[in-house]
Amino acid sequence: MSASAHGTTPHYFVPQPSRHPAFAAFGLFFLFFGLANWINGADWGVYSFAFGLLWLFGVLFQWFRDSIRESEGGQYGRKIELSFRWSMSWFIFSEVMFFGAFFTALWWMRAHSVPELGGIDNSLLWPDFKAIWPSRGVGATASPAGIIEPFQTMTPFWLPTINTALLLSSGVTLTIAHHALRENHRGRTIAFMWLTVLLGLVFLFVQGYEYFHAYSDLNLKLTSGAYGSTFFMLTGFHGFHVFIGMLMLLFITLRLMKGHFTADKHFGFEGAAWYWHFVDVVWLGLYILVYWL
Amino acid sequence: MSAVLDPHGHAPGDHAHDDHHDHAPAGWRRWVYATNHKDIGTLYLLFAFFMLMFGGVLALLIRAELFQPGLQIVNPELFNQLTTMHGLIMVFGAIMPAFVGFANWMIPLQIGAPDMAFARMNNFSFWLMVPAGIMLLGSFFMPGGAPAAGWTLYAPLTLQMGPSMDAGIFAMHILGASSIMGSINIIVTILNMRAPGMTLMKMPMFAWTWLITAYLLIAVMPVLAGAITMTLTDRHFGTVFFNPAGGGDPVMYQHIFWFFGHPEVYIMILPAFGIVSQVVPAFARKRLFGYASMVYATSSIAILSFIVWAHHMFTTGMPVTGQLFFMYATMLIAVPTAVKIFNWIATMWQGSMTFETPMLFAVGFIFVFTMGGFTGLILAMAPIDLLLQDTYYVVAHFHYVLVAGSLYAMFAGVYYWMPKWTGVMYVESRGKIHFWWTLIAFNVTFFPMHFLGLAGMPRRYADYPMQFADFNAIASVGAFAFGIAQVYFFFFVVLPCMRGKGEPAPQRPWNDPDGKGAEGLEWEVPSPAPFHTFETPPRLDATATRILDTRVQPERKEAVHVAPEAPKAA
Amino acid sequence: VQDLPGGPAVRQLNLHEAATRIAVEISWLHWFMLITCIVIFIAVFSVMFYSIWKHRKSVGHKPANFHESVTVEVIWTIIPFLIVIGMALPATKVLVASKDTSNADLTIKATGYQWKWGYDYLSGEGQGVSFLSTLDSTHREISNDGAKGADIPTDYLLKVDNPMVVPVNKKIRIITTANDVIHAWGIPAFGVKQDAIPGFVRDTWFRSEKTGDFYGQCYELCGKEHAYMPIHVKVLSAADYSKWVDGEKKKMAAKQDDPTKVWTMTDIVARGEKVYANNCAACHQANGKGAGPIKALDGSPIVLAADKSQEIAIVLNGKGAMPAWKQLSDTDLAAVISYTKNTWSNKTEQLVQPAEVLAQRGK
Ligand code: HEA
Ligand code: HEA
Ligand code: CUA
Ligand SMILES: [Cu+2]
Repeated sequence: MSASAHGTTPHYFVPQPSRHPAFAAFGLFFLFFGLANWINGADWGVYSFAFGLLWLFGVLFQWFRDSIRESEGGQYGRKIELSFRWSMSWFIFSEVMFFGAFFTALWWMRAHSVPELGGIDNSLLWPDFKAIWPSRGVGATASPAGIIEPFQTMTPFWLPTINTALLLSSGVTLTIAHHALRENHRGRTIAFMWLTVLLGLVFLFVQGYEYFHAYSDLNLKLTSGAYGSTFFMLTGFHGFHVFIGMLMLLFITLRLMKGHFTADKHFGFEGAAWYWHFVDVVWLGLYILVYWL
Repeated sequence: MSAVLDPHGHAPGDHAHDDHHDHAPAGWRRWVYATNHKDIGTLYLLFAFFMLMFGGVLALLIRAELFQPGLQIVNPELFNQLTTMHGLIMVFGAIMPAFVGFANWMIPLQIGAPDMAFARMNNFSFWLMVPAGIMLLGSFFMPGGAPAAGWTLYAPLTLQMGPSMDAGIFAMHILGASSIMGSINIIVTILNMRAPGMTLMKMPMFAWTWLITAYLLIAVMPVLAGAITMTLTDRHFGTVFFNPAGGGDPVMYQHIFWFFGHPEVYIMILPAFGIVSQVVPAFARKRLFGYASMVYATSSIAILSFIVWAHHMFTTGMPVTGQLFFMYATMLIAVPTAVKIFNWIATMWQGSMTFETPMLFAVGFIFVFTMGGFTGLILAMAPIDLLLQDTYYVVAHFHYVLVAGSLYAMFAGVYYWMPKWTGVMYVESRGKIHFWWTLIAFNVTFFPMHFLGLAGMPRRYADYPMQFADFNAIASVGAFAFGIAQVYFFFFVVLPCMRGKGEPAPQRPWNDPDGKGAEGLEWEVPSPAPFHTFETPPRLDATATRILDTRVQPERKEAVHVAPEAPKAA
Repeated sequence: VQDLPGGPAVRQLNLHEAATRIAVEISWLHWFMLITCIVIFIAVFSVMFYSIWKHRKSVGHKPANFHESVTVEVIWTIIPFLIVIGMALPATKVLVASKDTSNADLTIKATGYQWKWGYDYLSGEGQGVSFLSTLDSTHREISNDGAKGADIPTDYLLKVDNPMVVPVNKKIRIITTANDVIHAWGIPAFGVKQDAIPGFVRDTWFRSEKTGDFYGQCYELCGKEHAYMPIHVKVLSAADYSKWVDGEKKKMAAKQDDPTKVWTMTDIVARGEKVYANNCAACHQANGKGAGPIKALDGSPIVLAADKSQEIAIVLNGKGAMPAWKQLSDTDLAAVISYTKNTWSNKTEQLVQPAEVLAQRGK
């Protein structure tokens, strides 16, 4: 911390006591407790889950409204902005580790457990199983115990490739929007932001269609053994992140339309953009490791 | 505490320049809506203490059942639930939150920051623990009882658990989110909010160890979340991550879990190292020896912790090269830990030591933790571990490092900073009773477990062969004695201080008239620490342990029971 | 209580008496580590306590000012490093030796079930022998009754119905695997412990230099009866071992049930009662009422169903927490199903024949 920062922002903004955190936690209880019971067949669970979700959204809405108000009210000095930068970077890092767990699962199953199950030692237990990746053959060779219905794998063409193009171009449009914002062309910024959101949305639709295709035409399901598990876990988790990122961008766009952010102070925008690029990079990893290799 | 029970926020108007926190809410709102790092720290500490009691009661049920062979109190099913929940609650509910509580209280004070970087998120981190805690504790009442697969939640046993397993998994997700937010908060606070002049290499050791711990947390909590998410989908949605029948592998779970789990155990010890590094110099009246090498050693431990995880898996059967690698890497951790132990002793060397309770717990920590470290080293030898893995030797090892390590350091920290928190001095003789009682009962409880383990008694056993009876009986007696010591601590040390009963604490309770003793910015503010501190960054002297400009820290009316520099005879 | 030879001794302080070379080496390693650590411990803490004694304020010691020295830091980084290397070297040797499972005289597969062990002699003398090894059920009852009284057997919780039998001085390779969840097979006196992982095989080995009985227990949490699946290995001289193998072969031939045999109700229910006590009662309870998540059999719609294949399917393949019981013979399965259908309040008068189980096995 330098002395000049000291001079410019004597106060680090510390918010008023707030009911939002505790209220959000209250909602989360119903959300997760409901969910845990719902997936175990308790019908009331879904109501608890829905209540928790709505409640949480309500709280988050107010919470964000308050911080946006503070931000626009000029309460957030330079230091706070720096804090936001640090925190967003480390949050993204934690997300990288989260994805890391699932990529590890993919690697382990491909490079380790499936070959070992089909290996010479394990022929004692699974004499008929041949280790092939993706293990999608008919009958006994698809999985050690023969419990997996035959299925076809998802090829990179064309849906995933289209999606790659969509995400990459959304990165470009986002960057254009950012440059426009910095040059204070707000109209252009907003237009390109909408375009980015739209690209994200189309991505999600294409992915939805891809899943539909997988289930109905390829017989590729979450239950399709090692391949199905990792395929849907990785792409699904990523899709969820696209959804979140898309929401972030949407709200940023709406804020832009309300006149928020300035040419040189717009971390809300940048944070969302960082997140979007992160989602983008993860997709490239997926595209190569899940679809191509 | 600067107020636990009496809400002396601060009188409006005594602070014209910061209008925005004049209305510290009173009553329950003060706590539920808290954005003040001290209040949130208090909440964390109380939550953790409650969980320690709860987890401790579970431990006592375990020990009561194991008091003699045969089943007397619980059935084997409930026994496994007790073991599992004891581990989970102690690790995630007691030790981790307690250290976060310390971080909340002390880091802003130690680095001269007005608060944590994100005060509302800070409160969110705390309140997230409440639903998670309810889900964990409540799982005992769900159909089929609490999860019973061990705190490590190994697949495929988790796949056989009832609905409470899912509640447990979600609880861990929430706790993970809480930890990640908490860590980000700590990192940002430390990196961004230090007072001018407080360079990283002048920062108090406690802040340093937490900075490193926070990095460990954000790196591994998501990995745990990934592992239990896969458990969840395996349980309910037909994936086969851990199911060999479909091409998965139960051992994969263990790899992912321990990639989290091993750094996790250092998450539970590094802040403890930090506290000890504050306490020892204060009572040796000498600066911490080898500050820089302490920082490097802590970082090395953290980095090494990522490449040793499979020492928990020596018996799963891995290639000999793997075993050798993990054995060597694990043993290597003894080196930076050695550096830390030696530096503490060198700090004591040629000091002018007094032994108030914090120092007793710190010295007790060094002594007993090292025993735990040595048994760790013995376990790290793969061939020996083949005999000791999953026996009571491991149980002895980790209680030596966790109870005599993390918990002792926490006691040291509580005694050390309690005067600052509450403005009240605890009664020294009671602290001493608590220490000696704890030390003896601890060793009575856990020392015999080494013998049990060497003789082959497996852990997580509800009943055992007759030959193990005597040591088990001793351990059980010790456990109850240990528990009573903690009840004593609560009622005779903590509660009086929180109620404000007792001798008022001076601003610098641990300093001699000549100024020798505790150092650091937390001693530059009155006792109890005012609700708001360092609202404008203080100007520091060259060592960054003293404030030059007293104007920024005016004395408070409510803190005048003792003159600020009033020396305390030691 | 008395010491149990080959098992734990009363108030035993150290590792078991070694019966294999590896165990001797491990025990040496352990002493080596213990002594080294104690020496370091004493050295380090004598310094600390000396300082605590001498450099007290109450004896008027004034604090010195030094607080860093790169030299000593380097020294006390390097010395522990060297010590650690000194520890790692002998450990490496023992470890490598303990992993070499090649050239075994006898290979036995140990399969962990909830909660018993299955042994299949795969190669070497005795090939083809196969049996299950379960805790003596009276010990389980003693445990439930609180293990009171003075007459608790010395091998309490370690006695099994069928111990694994091996010849002395022969290299025995144990292949471990499991049927349901992870278990761990180990015998302290042999210096072996190996997890048994469902769906995968792992191996370990030992060569016992002593005859006698050796005991171990399941070392990996495997559910509620984890404490009740001991391991008992009987080491015999070569001649005795051959005799045992002969006897075992004869017994197996005699026991070999003809799956086409048609049983009468009383016979099959009587047999089923035993099968139930050995396998099912641990969870479903002797009264068939289940407990907690364990379903009751008494009055269960599946047990009472006129369609017998429902119960046969669940017993064969398992469901949820219910493990698969394929490893039992057709006759045993038919017997236990018939038993459940005709005991407690269940009075279906239905009789399941081994042939029906056999017919459903393939499906
Ligand atoms: C606070 C927590 C904590 C800490 C700090 C440690 C520290 C260490 N642990 Fe421990 N450990 C646990 C918590 C912890 N552990 C837990 C909870 C488990 C069980 C989990 C479960 O299965 O449920 C476990 C299990 C565990 C195992 C697996 C055992 C098994 O399941 O079979 C192993 C094996 O290598 C191990 C090793 C070590 C080592 C080498 C250290 C080292 O870091 C110790 C280093 C310290 C010293 C060595 C002492 C001080 C040094 C000197 C005085 C210098 C001189 C010394 C030399 C030169 C030798 N630990
Ligand atoms: C992280 C910290 C931590 C702490 C602090 C403790 C504290 C204690 N633990 Fe531990 N323990 C673990 C972490 C911890 N534990 C873990 C991770 C496991 C592994 C779990 C697994 O296998 O999955 C474990 C497992 C474990 C076992 C092995 C269980 C088994 O394998 O079956 C045992 C057995 O003795 C045990 C005992 C104790 C005891 C007696 C205490 C005592 O120190 C507790 C003292 C506290 C109190 C007693 C509470 C205070 C008292 C009251 C509230 C009033 C009532 C009391 C009286 C009237 C006397 N623990
Ligand atoms: Cu089988 Cu524990
Ligand atoms: Cu570890």
